[in-house]
Amino acid sequence: MTTHALNTPLTDADIEKLRAGDVVLLSGIIYSGRDAAHKKLMELLDRGEALPFDLQGASIYYVGPSPAPPGRPIGSAGPTTSGRMDAYAPRLHALGLKATIGKGKRTDAVRQAMQDHKAVYFGATGGAGALLSKCITASKVIAFDELGPEAIREMTVQDFPLLVINDAFGGELYAKPNLND
Amino acid sequence: MREIQAADISAAVARMCVSANTRLPDDVRRKFEEGLRNETTAAGKEIFRQLLENADLAFETKLPLCQDCGLAIFYVELGEDVFVPGGVNAAITEGMVAGYKDGFLRKSSCDPLSRRNTGDNTPAIIHIDLKPGDALKISYMAKGGGSENMSRVTMLSPSQGWEGIKQFVVQRVVEAGPNPCPPIILGIGIGGTFELAPKIAKQALLRKLDDLHPDPKVAEMEAELLAAVNRLGIGPMGLGGSYTCLGVKIALAPCHIASLPLAVNVQCHSARHEEVEF
Repeated sequence: MTTHALNTPLTDADIEKLRAGDVVLLSGIIYSGRDAAHKKLMELLDRGEALPFDLQGASIYYVGPSPAPPGRPIGSAGPTTSGRMDAYAPRLHALGLKATIGKGKRTDAVRQAMQDHKAVYFGATGGAGALLSKCITASKVIAFDELGPEAIREMTVQDFPLLVINDAFGGELYAKPNLND
Repeated sequence: MREIQAADISAAVARMCVSANTRLPDDVRRKFEEGLRNETTAAGKEIFRQLLENADLAFETKLPLCQDCGLAIFYVELGEDVFVPGGVNAAITEGMVAGYKDGFLRKSSCDPLSRRNTGDNTPAIIHIDLKPGDALKISYMAKGGGSENMSRVTMLSPSQGWEGIKQFVVQRVVEAGPNPCPPIILGIGIGGTFELAPKIAKQALLRKLDDLHPDPKVAEMEAELLAAVNRLGIGPMGLGGSYTCLGVKIALAPCHIASLPLAVNVQCHSARHEEVEF
């Protein structure tokens, strides 16, 4: 297990260094997006319109934060279950998305897309939203404000603590259930 | 007839929503501390360390423990001799809306088809049981979507019995894997009907993690299921280890001679619930 400090946007060289089980401290800009926002991104792509942010080297954090109390950039902000975005991820990886951040399993199609397009899937600790919010130093809504917690936010993170769950070489960190006992 | 003021109920519910979302229950904290000492994997220990730090931070800052502050679930025991001018449902709903707004809790309720957020976390999901007497007890649970999505109801054949129940529960945990934020807690409803089994399964999650079911036979069944699930080795956040599940809580109800309804409600480790009595 290696610890890497990485800055966004991520490059192919960054991705190639990462193996399942590695720790990554991510800094820079990441974008929040979950169910409803992904559906809208797909509609934009279908119509041939520009996305609200540049996908090249981008990282999407599957999160719907709680409202920011006065004096804080954001509320609680832990990961949501990534599997619900599996229908959308391969198309975004093909367009340059380098990393997704969430919790839980991905489908074979997403794992394949990460290998095909040099991308990774990071896990953040689910249910640690207060703790993770400490690493988010700024946040602003850049698209789909009407979606409330599901709006797309541009977030600035500093040493955001992540685990590589799926790397770009087919490696996976999650424990296989022991069915033999 | 005992009159309880709606404003008092609303104020108590609002306080409870904020408190439950920012203060990890003591029984859950004790399990995290035990996990930090005893978990067999370094990755699993690290998750418990983070969860304890998260709980301390949430308590200090009043940020929610988890950004998913859930749909607001209420189990209410309402004395038949209680009168609430304006109505119990309205009083609870008003308190919930105020708590979620003033506590900066996330509103996660939306239309099932348009997916438009209702904006104030309404409707509150309120289950009212009428009881003799003039007491009122309101239990609140913040139930997140990630763990709820991993929950299931099935109608087993009576011939499948306890073995069939065990198999279904273990298989459910296998399929859920890392998704519901393990270490999980399982509420198991056995019997009743298609709608009753899941209702009592979720209600069972209101019990303390370290309590013992009053029926020793059921307590033994809970221990057996807990051991079976923990042998899977899924571990905290699916990273491997001996703490896949922190507790199994079984609720039983008589059922039709043709049926064996079974509901498995999966609860994440952030088991947020509180109760208030009037």
